[in-house]
Amino acid sequence: MRRWISRQALLIDYTLSALARRGGRSLGLLVVYAGVVFLLASTMLFTNALRSEARAILAHSPEVLLQKLKAGRHSYLTQADLDRLGRLRGVSRIEGRKWGYFFDPVFGATYTLMAPASNSPGRGKIHVGDGVARTRGLSTGDTLALRSAAGGLHVFTVERLFSPESSLVAADLIVMHPADWGAFFELPDDVFTDAALSVVNPLEVRSIARKVGDRIPETRVILREEILRTYDALFDWREGLLLALASMAVAAFAILAWNQASGLSVDERREIGILKAIGWDTRDVLTMKLWEGTLISGAAFFLGFLGAFVHVFHFEAALIAPALKGWSVLYPRLVLTPSVDAVSFLTLGLLTVLPFTLATLVPAWRAAITDPDEVMRGTT
Amino acid sequence: MVPVPPDSSSTSGPPLHRFRPIQALGIALGVLAICLVAVALDLARTRPSRAEAERLTSTLGLTDLALVNEARYLRHLSLADLHSPFQDHPVALEHFPAGAVIAPPTHLRVSARPSAPPLCR
Repeated sequence: MRRWISRQALLIDYTLSALARRGGRSLGLLVVYAGVVFLLASTMLFTNALRSEARAILAHSPEVLLQKLKAGRHSYLTQADLDRLGRLRGVSRIEGRKWGYFFDPVFGATYTLMAPASNSPGRGKIHVGDGVARTRGLSTGDTLALRSAAGGLHVFTVERLFSPESSLVAADLIVMHPADWGAFFELPDDVFTDAALSVVNPLEVRSIARKVGDRIPETRVILREEILRTYDALFDWREGLLLALASMAVAAFAILAWNQASGLSVDERREIGILKAIGWDTRDVLTMKLWEGTLISGAAFFLGFLGAFVHVFHFEAALIAPALKGWSVLYPRLVLTPSVDAVSFLTLGLLTVLPFTLATLVPAWRAAITDPDEVMRGTT
Repeated sequence: MVPVPPDSSSTSGPPLHRFRPIQALGIALGVLAICLVAVALDLARTRPSRAEAERLTSTLGLTDLALVNEARYLRHLSLADLHSPFQDHPVALEHFPAGAVIAPPTHLRVSARPSAPPLCR
């Protein structure tokens, strides 16, 4: 065993010396290879982290949501509509929700204005999300003046800022008193944007949704499981799109790697001929080439993956996040909880390391089984 | 066979200590391990908490992630309907850039309808 280990150590020694002799070429290949792994791993880590955040956070959303439709368009629910629902077996609470959008022409940002029925701020006070505070430069105690669609100026005092950790759901949120919300949008007290139903037994959600549809036919019911499925599908789709874009880079790299790995240069063929002539057998040459492929691809994989991990979880995916933002002026800070999916890690590792390593073996084997004299003379 | 280097002890004079490439590889692996430990420690120290996001979602009944807010059907994706991206106009085009990279809610897709009938319109 010791003999085998020292033999491998000598082979690695020789391989590294050979790579160092072709320094520029080896380094170039390593940089491009690590760059491709970085791109793929960043996409994978970013979408995986967003998917697990969405699952964990949205698991606290209301079980059933009720929207009213009128002539195919979203309309407001009224207290009379909620009264029509009456008491539903298995539903512990029905709560009308008041929320709406406000476009701020000064900053070109759209805010979500919300007024919870309970635990809302006092009259004239607001709680604001991290994104709003960042865009408007707000801190606790500051005032925020918003001009409503009717033209009136409404001034609010910032009572609380939501933390950057909640940015993913609350970046654009302004929470206010229901009376302030009604005054701002000029809507009566008994008007709701939609309604949230709390269901005691999760198994009854679908039957309760059907009952709701029967009692108020002009409504649309959205279940929490549908919300969760939507976000799962969203990140699958987005990951697919990013990977489709990245596939061009991968294809370019594959051509480069194939060219580098599968075609031996004249010098490399001569080197193999000399090694054979001084006593190396075919197995030694192949082991040396295997080490060459493993060292380059392994180093590129670990450097690329480590870079991607730091990029996504330390620098908030600064290079790929702009693809998310579109025209949004106000966007969340992507403070993501680090998570690495073992299956994705292994798949990426196998797909990047294995093909390159194997591609280095075939031409080396062909050169190694040829007569050393012919190889050195370059007659084959 | 791989040629074995001559034994330095058999030659005269002090032994030659050559810096071997495998030692450089060992150092590189050590540096990589230190980097990994540093990254892990840093992330453990600054590990973000989902507690406030979960509390807000629960108390305010939030339904969507604030990933994109350039259009209402992208900000509250799960509450959108099929018409809003086209501005309620029969031949209008959906023109927000993020709309191109965000798929419609699963419960609005035609393939999803038979399995979940009267709830989804």
